[in-house]
Amino acid sequence: MQRSSFGHYILRRLWATLPTLLGVTLIIFFAIRLLPGDPARLVAGLLASPEEVERIRRTLGLDRPAVVQYFDFLLNLLRGDLGTSTVTRAPVLAEILQRMSFTAGLATASVTLAVLLGLTAGIISAVRHYSSLDYAVMAMALFGISIPVFWLGLMLMLLFAVKLHWVPAGGYSGPASLVLPAVTLAAFSQAIIARMTRSSMLESLRQDYVRTARAKGLPQRTVVVRHALKNAMIPVITVVGLQFGTLLGGAVLTETTFAWPGIGRLLVNAISSRDYPMIQGIVILFAVTFTLVNLAVDLLYGYVDPRIRLE
Amino acid sequence: MVTSTRESDWSEHVPLTRRSAVSRASLLRRLARHRTAMAGLVILAVMLAGGLVGPHLIARSPVEVDFNRVLQPPSRQHVFGTDNLGRDLFTRILYGTRVSFFIGVLAVVLSMALGVPVGLFSGYYGGRPDQFIQRMTDILLAFPGILLALTLISVLGIGIENVIVSVGVGAVPVYVRLVRGTVLTIRELDYVEAARAIGMSDRRIILRHVLPNALPPIIVQSTLQVGTAILLAAGLGFLGLGVQPPTPEWGTMIGEGQTYIFSSWYLEAFPGLATFLAVMAFNLLGDGLRDALDPRLTIL
Repeated sequence: MQRSSFGHYILRRLWATLPTLLGVTLIIFFAIRLLPGDPARLVAGLLASPEEVERIRRTLGLDRPAVVQYFDFLLNLLRGDLGTSTVTRAPVLAEILQRMSFTAGLATASVTLAVLLGLTAGIISAVRHYSSLDYAVMAMALFGISIPVFWLGLMLMLLFAVKLHWVPAGGYSGPASLVLPAVTLAAFSQAIIARMTRSSMLESLRQDYVRTARAKGLPQRTVVVRHALKNAMIPVITVVGLQFGTLLGGAVLTETTFAWPGIGRLLVNAISSRDYPMIQGIVILFAVTFTLVNLAVDLLYGYVDPRIRLE
Repeated sequence: MVTSTRESDWSEHVPLTRRSAVSRASLLRRLARHRTAMAGLVILAVMLAGGLVGPHLIARSPVEVDFNRVLQPPSRQHVFGTDNLGRDLFTRILYGTRVSFFIGVLAVVLSMALGVPVGLFSGYYGGRPDQFIQRMTDILLAFPGILLALTLISVLGIGIENVIVSVGVGAVPVYVRLVRGTVLTIRELDYVEAARAIGMSDRRIILRHVLPNALPPIIVQSTLQVGTAILLAAGLGFLGLGVQPPTPEWGTMIGEGQTYIFSSWYLEAFPGLATFLAVMAFNLLGDGLRDALDPRLTIL
């Protein structure tokens, strides 16, 4: 495929995700306006006079029709202005950016861990189908998908931080603080990736080209990695993309468990204090990130399987 | 989520089980032979029995405060210990079974009630309405993981009904996708064609032929989904945005106990273990049902 047409393809796909992203902003914007209570009163505080509340309502633009407010909101969004937090009075975007690196770091560490562990476990499980190793891996995977992520975090904290003092219990005080949250957050995704890799590998190990590869005397490692795994990757990549969403959601719980100063915890605090510009900004950011990651995953298919590129 | 990754299995390459192939008796036989599914069923039965009958056997109240017995470690008298208000943890966990199962099942019923009809309609009729519905589903699926439930909770406010609604509505797109995918295959089959040929109404075809044949994946998904719903509700509870104290919900209990993690490990350990067991049991049963309903799909 030529470079220019691939660029074209990316643009077309980006264009196609626009309605989804618009829909996301629409839902959040109007859902949040359905909230009971008066945002102007909330900002002003309980003791403010009616005039003061009215003044704040005008400054926030809340006295205008909802549709006008929505378009304003969209325009501001395009300019990178997500509004002002009603609690800290700081720009929402600035607050998010300040914590972004923590969540991004946590997510990256977890994805890496989940993919490495999940792939390895899945491959071993498929190659040693019905062995005790296979059963062990599948039991681990079952644990991974059934365990509440925040509880796993607490139990790990209890063992490795409180009892053994190997790592800090929470907060951020250097790279060692990342270990427990990353392991916790990776547990679920790792299990899903292991299950998917296993089933996809079992499927591809049954194919004729694998038999051919074996028949011509290729070593086991080459057969597994070059022939079977490469062809088993598509469903695995899909799952990894979807897991990124779980990870962002799971970050909310994990960050709360470990007092990790990321965006997830910012969101929980914002919900508790009903800081809706903040809720709005964070949810939109998460949804956009998730959508773009899945777009990237879609584009990756073409790289892994050239047949898909032409479609 | 578990759900979104697993549903694709069905819609893409799962053959539709003909009724003759899966008679009810052979289905039960297959399920009974499935050891892990049986393990799941046994765990669920024990937990449910404990949650329903247990409270009648134990005279303790799950909410009664006793400041003379605050934060006692597990002992003969209090097998799981007592919490910061002196309440017996075992009693609270037993009652919590009711709460969690109630939320899990109702949330899934809600998702089904909304998602299945839309999926049936979307898949059977196709065309513009289908495209519109699919775009809407795309939008809802753009909310990663627990986030849709969190957004809904932030709008609706906390409380047990709102937890059910948030968790239930959050899973609607999963059902729409699943059912639509299944229906797309079914509507091309000969018996649907035949029904149409003899002049049967669409409504009748959908109810008599399409829906019954779309049921197996729905049943499997729903079993797994109850586990997911319990997990989600516990997550909301842990964040303090779910069922409110003093109602003994497992996630809420873990959240409340977090303050005492350095001194009283049992406050966290036992409610979490209960959640874990319940979710695992639903996962085991769901996987077993999948195998029993469709013997060809035994891999995952």
